[in-house]
Amino acid sequence: MSETKLDRREVVRALLERRGELLVIAGLGSSAWDCTAAGDHPLTFPLWGAMGSACMLGLGLALAQPRRRVLVVTGDGEMLMGLGGLATIAAQRPGNLSIVVLDNERYGELGMQRTHSAYGTALAAVAAGCGFARAEVVRATAQIAALRSSVHSSKGPLFYQVKVSPDSAPLVLPPRDGAHLRHRFREALLGTKAAAE
Amino acid sequence: MQRKISELDWPAAIHRALKSHKVRQVSYVPDAGHKRLIELCQIDKGMKTVPLTTEEEGIGLAAGAWLGGERAVLLMQSSGVGNCVNALTLPANCGLPLLMIVTMRGEWGEYNPWQIPMGQATPNVLRAAGARILRLERAEDALDTVVAAAKLAFEGYAAVAVLVGQRLIGTKSFAEKP
Repeated sequence: MSETKLDRREVVRALLERRGELLVIAGLGSSAWDCTAAGDHPLTFPLWGAMGSACMLGLGLALAQPRRRVLVVTGDGEMLMGLGGLATIAAQRPGNLSIVVLDNERYGELGMQRTHSAYGTALAAVAAGCGFARAEVVRATAQIAALRSSVHSSKGPLFYQVKVSPDSAPLVLPPRDGAHLRHRFREALLGTKAAAE
Repeated sequence: MQRKISELDWPAAIHRALKSHKVRQVSYVPDAGHKRLIELCQIDKGMKTVPLTTEEEGIGLAAGAWLGGERAVLLMQSSGVGNCVNALTLPANCGLPLLMIVTMRGEWGEYNPWQIPMGQATPNVLRAAGARILRLERAEDALDTVVAAAKLAFEGYAAVAVLVGQRLIGTKSFAEKP
């Protein structure tokens, strides 16, 4: 384990500032709060449940919108609940999809119990074994610029396991009305008429 | 493929219903009862087929597809319905359409006792998680039933499951593949 771990809010802020046309799925819990802290946005779809589903929403979105970059930001606990999805995603090879796992090795919203990641599960190695085009562990501030650049422009599917501090950040909550989140996303992406389909 | 669809070729009728409702993403956990439909979707250039490792992945996929402006369908066997329960919060909370076509086991002449509990629980589990149910028991009803289900899902913003009866699929025996 490295001595210093990254600040999750700073990592997400770096990924989402000047986000351009990026489409974002945020996994439930701290990852969603991090994305909201970076600026609530209609083209960020934060999950409040359906744990383990974040990456699969990213895949469905990436297949539907092949010209747009799609980013899934989620935590290690959420990722562990849907590991099979990494095999499903790799089989589709979506060039526009990136997954960033903010790995604090804890179930941060549920009592800070250690996740399998703390016991040695190497999430990036799992993604590599599934066939991701790139799967890396990010530990240092110096790597963040390259991470941002890849998420916004490299050919995917990409997977980054970002080792972050288990420190809790202040709660910054997105809207939790699912119908509202769905509608604002579709309206911003597809236009008013298509969103009302 | 423009070949004529026999009235009794119910997988082809389902495929035609999916086409008519612009379904573009077809996810599945294989089932022998879905074999022909999966193959029809795989050779259809207007459809992307997505094999899943477990059924609930298909609910997240369908949600993401709809956010991106595409329609999806999830094909599975009744044994997979139990895997989907928590993910069904996505259509329930977000008004995200979900169309599922479920081939039934554990009901009509089932030979494998391990299929019976989940098969018998399937309609109740789906209803308890907020999904609507249509039954398909006769080959000649396949087109109309899946068209009706697609309307209910995509125009009614509902989670809808078409349960394809085991009698229609054909009862298996130990002498055949499971």
